[in-house]
Amino acid sequence: MTPTPTKMTPATAWMLAVRDRRDRAAFAALFDEYAPKLKGFAMRGGSSATEAEEIVQEVMLTVWRKAAQFDPERAPVSAWIYHIARNRQIDVFRKERRPLPEDPGLPSTVDLDGGAVLAVEQEANALKEALARLNPDQREMIERAYLGELSHQEISSQTGLPLGTIKSRIRLGLERLRHELRELR
Amino acid sequence: MTEITHHAPDALLAAYAAGSLPQPFAIVVAAHISLCNDCRAACAAHEAAGGAVLETVGEEAVSDALRGRVLGLLDAPSVPEPQFERVGIFPGPVVEAMRGRPPRWTPLGMGIRQCILASGRQGSARLLSIPPGRAVPDHSHNGLELTLVLQGAFSDETGCFGVGDLELADQSLEHTPVADDGAECICLAATDAPLRFSSLIPSLLQPIFRI
Repeated sequence: MTPTPTKMTPATAWMLAVRDRRDRAAFAALFDEYAPKLKGFAMRGGSSATEAEEIVQEVMLTVWRKAAQFDPERAPVSAWIYHIARNRQIDVFRKERRPLPEDPGLPSTVDLDGGAVLAVEQEANALKEALARLNPDQREMIERAYLGELSHQEISSQTGLPLGTIKSRIRLGLERLRHELRELR
Repeated sequence: MTEITHHAPDALLAAYAAGSLPQPFAIVVAAHISLCNDCRAACAAHEAAGGAVLETVGEEAVSDALRGRVLGLLDAPSVPEPQFERVGIFPGPVVEAMRGRPPRWTPLGMGIRQCILASGRQGSARLLSIPPGRAVPDHSHNGLELTLVLQGAFSDETGCFGVGDLELADQSLEHTPVADDGAECICLAATDAPLRFSSLIPSLLQPIFRI
């Protein structure tokens, strides 16, 4: 049983400083944290080192420009950056814009000290730990699915990768996903 | 508004979140998510899983030049991406596929009309308009067909589909969707292969209508 954290992660704090105060030092810290991950992710997906750095540049600039859309009660920083990375990668490599759903226009976070942000982070962390505990073959399939290397049919035939509603129900979704990952093990 | 009862299956949402769906299917899934909070949340959860993969897949050191370039570009002017809002029955992603213009309908016979939104090697996406009580000719599928109801409703061998409902059909399903009484049924349909009509519209005409 891990103790419940009482402080948000540095990444969330940096992202909020960028969103609310356009804080450049916080953005630099986010860059140092996520640029190497994004480059590794792109190269794992088959990009050359040069292409990967182009993607990192596009993604991190989009993080800066669209920071107003970040809502830590709805998504952990890693999920938000993943979303942007997939959009940019499609723009760059397929030369087409990924169709995106309408913005639901949810009110942005009002209760920063509330548990919702911490709960989202905690679940993201649990998800990460669950991934780490998978056996190598299963982990590889999950990685390939989210790297965009598997077709819908291939994902269907592999395993039902799961889920759950806006705000509080995202938590249930993450919880369920974690259970499913656990059952895969 | 009626409740959505036919949702996008998880594999489809995961593929959408990962960006691996062909464009015509991605338009349908984005339109469905625009109408369906359950699937929006499920998609967010898939992105959380994608975020976990991003966090753990392994790092590669970036060059100092890149860091300097990105930090130096923060004030550079950028063109904001166009945002497409819902127009009447058409969700934002459909409005985007129509490039912000109203649909240009082409008659297919029997009062059925279509408007092609995207067509290419990846398959096609179209709007279909079916008069009340009219059946869409019997057809089966070479690949996968996704149908999202935008107005009215239709029923087939597998159930009833109202606004926001998404039907998946593949080779195994030979079905005859019939528009419910009331309003014209307008659907967004996407396929990754041509439809095969078993009656009424001769297959010769398929290339012409691009069905």
